[in-house]
Amino acid sequence: MTTDIQNELPFSRRDMLKGGGALIIAFSLSGLPGPASAARGDAAGPPDPNTVDTWIAIHADNTASVYFGKCELGQGNTTGLLQIVGEELDLDMSQLKAVRLDTNVTPDQGATSSSSSIHRGGPQLRAAAAEARQALMQRASVRLGVQTGSLAVSEGVVFVDGEAGGRSVKYGDLLGDKPFNVKFTGTAPQKPVNRYALVGKSVSRVDIPDKVAGRYEHVHHLRVPNMLHGRVVLPRGQRAFGAGAKPLSVDESSIKDIPTARVVRKGDFVGVVAEQEWDAIKAARALKVTWQEPPALPGNADLFTKMRAEKTTDTVIADWGDAAKGFEGAAHVRSSAYRCPYQGHLPFAPNCALAEVTADRALIQSSTQDVYTARNMLSTVLGMPAEKIRVQYYEGSGTFGRSCYEDAAQAAAILSQAVGRPVRVQYMRWDEHGWDNYGPAHLAEVRAAIDADGKLVAYEYHGWQHGWTVTSSVLDIALQKAGIERASGSGSITVNPMSTGSMYQVANRRVISHAVPMVGYLRGAALRSPLDLSFAFASEQTIDELATAVKMDPLEFRRKNIGDKRWLGVLNAAADAAKWQPRVMGASLSNAEVVTGRGIGLGTHHVSYGAAVADIEFNKRTGNIVVKHVYAAMDCGLAVNPALVENQIEGQVIQSVSRTLKEEVLFDKTGVTSLDWVSYPILRFAEHPDVTPVVVQRMEEPSTGAGEEVMGATAAAIANAVFDATGVRLREYPMTPERVLAALGART
Amino acid sequence: MADDLKIKVNGRDVSVSASPDTPLLYVLMNELRLKGPRFGCGLAQCGSCSVLVDGVEIRSCVTAVSQVAGKSLTTLEGLPALYAQQKGLAQAPALHPLQQAFIDEQSLHCGYCYNGMTIKGAELLSQNPKPTDAQIRAHMDGHLCRCGTYPRVMKAIKVASAKIAGETR
Repeated sequence: MTTDIQNELPFSRRDMLKGGGALIIAFSLSGLPGPASAARGDAAGPPDPNTVDTWIAIHADNTASVYFGKCELGQGNTTGLLQIVGEELDLDMSQLKAVRLDTNVTPDQGATSSSSSIHRGGPQLRAAAAEARQALMQRASVRLGVQTGSLAVSEGVVFVDGEAGGRSVKYGDLLGDKPFNVKFTGTAPQKPVNRYALVGKSVSRVDIPDKVAGRYEHVHHLRVPNMLHGRVVLPRGQRAFGAGAKPLSVDESSIKDIPTARVVRKGDFVGVVAEQEWDAIKAARALKVTWQEPPALPGNADLFTKMRAEKTTDTVIADWGDAAKGFEGAAHVRSSAYRCPYQGHLPFAPNCALAEVTADRALIQSSTQDVYTARNMLSTVLGMPAEKIRVQYYEGSGTFGRSCYEDAAQAAAILSQAVGRPVRVQYMRWDEHGWDNYGPAHLAEVRAAIDADGKLVAYEYHGWQHGWTVTSSVLDIALQKAGIERASGSGSITVNPMSTGSMYQVANRRVISHAVPMVGYLRGAALRSPLDLSFAFASEQTIDELATAVKMDPLEFRRKNIGDKRWLGVLNAAADAAKWQPRVMGASLSNAEVVTGRGIGLGTHHVSYGAAVADIEFNKRTGNIVVKHVYAAMDCGLAVNPALVENQIEGQVIQSVSRTLKEEVLFDKTGVTSLDWVSYPILRFAEHPDVTPVVVQRMEEPSTGAGEEVMGATAAAIANAVFDATGVRLREYPMTPERVLAALGART
Repeated sequence: MADDLKIKVNGRDVSVSASPDTPLLYVLMNELRLKGPRFGCGLAQCGSCSVLVDGVEIRSCVTAVSQVAGKSLTTLEGLPALYAQQKGLAQAPALHPLQQAFIDEQSLHCGYCYNGMTIKGAELLSQNPKPTDAQIRAHMDGHLCRCGTYPRVMKAIKVASAKIAGETR
């Protein structure tokens, strides 16, 4: 057996739709012996999390299938999660296989978001594997007639410890393809960290060989017999959130010359299907629709003025000491406002899904971040009970949060339900760029102060932003609903106290979140490192300004004001990697046309720690900033697979450079106008910096997220480097040549 | 049908039933069921649909299938065989050296852009077996990656270059 995560369950598609899965293992969801018909995949999930069989199956060939609820998004979490299971069970990576996420098969571990796979999903899997091991050892003990304490395991072979050439038995012979029938109590003893052999090791990713060879099945590759191709028909570029997209008239005769093309409508939703994909594309382009005039958006020009003037719902996020008093006696105070744009997820492949909906069943294959949430939304859209719907996860292209994957799945489902055939929908580039759930714009007003010795005495952060959508464009449009914003509580976005000064020892600190209502703005949702890039851009520039105010080296200034050893650890790791030499920022400005700068910054998302040093080059004539090298360090506790974390650091750095220098959603009073890679440019190959990733390994600490935490640090380091090179603070990103030249011009 | 359009893909002659104006990409994906070339933008801006036509990289999303009739197309699937042909090897390797380098360097995240990265990188190495950093950057600049894997694509191209130089000796 291979470690190939693409291995299919042996179901036929027809069986899956009917709900009659092939028998793999006979067990009931209660963990008690069940009738043979109760096969895995037979019934709507989620399966009972309190039984070991939900998580792990041991096969006769001495391999294991692992069932988890976290999606492979290209971050390599599959490999890391298998390592955790392999460690507890003493199985080699080649003996482990991850099972495709499926609402009829895999447990509900919540969404694959907030870098939670290893952080929150890992401990659950570790405990399940420990429970499985305990059960296997008990069986081995009986089989070999030896107490469990005298047994050891290597690659799934249980043997009597110290007995050379002695008695042994394979897991596969103890349990081969039979259920454990063991409760998952969470109390089984786990392997001590000091005996780890697989966790903490940089093993190769299980998904890469197939991806390289062109064998991997992304959701985009799925095709089934009798399938139609579908496309959505939406105005080019979304309009104000809450207004939907209302077609006043649809002229079906406008596509009458396109073979097999037909229009499907549900509520305000308009889509087309055709036998051939190119015909569906042509039909979606050609269909004449008159849309209702939408309410006005602020456009880029008036965005921040409107946000600042909005009647907001305010939340005190942190309030320590007395901030007002702290500022009174301070030796130096720095305060400024910062503007941060809407940015898009914009997966490289526009989202895609395949749906087969019959009168009483539905099978939807999609690249959602949460198969169970996707199922619930599909239930609403289709008007079909959730347990009649089966959602299977197929990887899309890197999504970095809530791109249009639910929309594509819902559109495919609506079309399939209407035409009675399987329908594959792929968004076009303009659909994805124009109808994303964007990372919200952010406005910050930051003020911080130090005493004469350079010790922070007061810190205040006010942030304005709207919240996140809990619905989707297609759902809202098809059901003619206004859309729902999650403005507060779990799953919403407020100013993150972790990213706004929490790394520093400051007696008086106040952080206020000003929630702007999303209606009348663009549709928002979590974008990788949600707003942490904005918070760090604003906060860490303020910190740097205070260092400059007392002519201190910014590294030394941070060390002086940080007490936490883990923050100091990443700070020093990044500085050491960069061979940081003490400097006063902006103190040695050059008259040359091309000048260089170096900056440092800190940032996080939730729990892990990020630090970065950036070297930049700036051309005063063109205004162009080139990031040459970024040294980025992360402490995510126990890094289960340091190579995965290094790779995540590199990806975050490149994406952060892209977002800091280039990315901005453009929109006017009517709607979004940046609809492709020209109007919404991202960092290009020739522009990429070298990246030196540093993993601060802490075997003794719990594993925390590693997918988002150096984005903010990188943005801050770049902004501080720009000041170092030019003597000018950029308080708005992306730091485009026009903005930099304008800021330089304003100084002289 | 006798008057079907014929194209040659990875050494195989195939008849195309799509209309002549259909972009090549949709023929490769839907008729030939190839997984290499894939849709990314449909605007020739990103490079996910890249294939080689007589050894030169083109964007199949904006190239009508009729334009490549009679020409020799190579997709990701055919790269190892093309490499063997270019190098005069008796047998095609399982992977092009650049593909192996992508595995060795663990370059990919989601991997969606790697059809284009592989095609374009292989084109570079066939034209210029020992490219400089600046030449790699310039040659690859039309290929976007959203996950941020440019540094490892760069590294893999250099690793593959060294490997190919070794094989040539």
